[in-house]
Amino acid sequence: MISLTDFMVVSAALFCIGLYMVITKRNAIQILIGIELILNAAILNLVAFGKYDKVNNSGQIFALFAIVLAAATTAVALAIILNVYRRYKTIDPNDINKLRD
Amino acid sequence: MSLVRVLFYFLSFIAIASALYAASSKNLVRSIFVFFVTLFALAGLYVLALADFVAVTQVVIYVGGILVLILFAFMLSGKETLNILQQQQEKLFSLKKLPALLLAGVFFIVLINVVLKADVDNLQWVKDAISFKNEITPNAVMIDNIGINLMTRYLLPFEAISILLLMALIGAAHLSRKEGKV
Repeated sequence: MISLTDFMVVSAALFCIGLYMVITKRNAIQILIGIELILNAAILNLVAFGKYDKVNNSGQIFALFAIVLAAATTAVALAIILNVYRRYKTIDPNDINKLRD
Repeated sequence: MSLVRVLFYFLSFIAIASALYAASSKNLVRSIFVFFVTLFALAGLYVLALADFVAVTQVVIYVGGILVLILFAFMLSGKETLNILQQQQEKLFSLKKLPALLLAGVFFIVLINVVLKADVDNLQWVKDAISFKNEITPNAVMIDNIGINLMTRYLLPFEAISILLLMALIGAAHLSRKEGKV
């Protein structure tokens, strides 16, 4: 079978790609995709370790919770992005420098 | 090499390659659609980690929910948004991205070092789990066990997350309403 190390290496690669997207992208939606990649890397680790917990299933259940949390995050983040676009006419995070109106 | 290993390498290659493409693509829509592929490949990896229920949930919630939400928000927000988004054409490896590339690369090396040094396959509790037959085997049916655990042992986090989801959805609906109709 596949060892835990293999899963962790794949997850590390995905995490770093997500980190790169979050840093470099000049577009809030692509930054959101980067955050989703990082979350998925974490979920992959949870699931891989959850294989060794047959009775309590902690890994798989918290992976489910993480997926639901990602859904909630995305809904709120998209609402915020739409509002920011309405106000600033751009979604480049570099140009958004005011918290008030 | 067994078939499972071949499948694992295949799926992880697809996941990482499509994630790289999504990271390097200049086109936002293409990057969103390639992210679909990444999520499907990750669902396949979850199946290989013997978590079939999580894999199905991943397909239903991520691919069916989150990505469609992103696409809708993007497509419904008017033609001028699309045009503005398309204007941000940049080269892939410009000098401005070098620090980020360096950071991500060095962080990757650090993570790989940590993973290899931690030697996770020989952890004590993992060995214990294997020796006490607490390991999920490929022919085990886990879904009923997940349901029972969700309603007994993990009932409090389950309820907390349902409240949080409700709050997030009301908040999102409140944030995205039209201005001036208050």
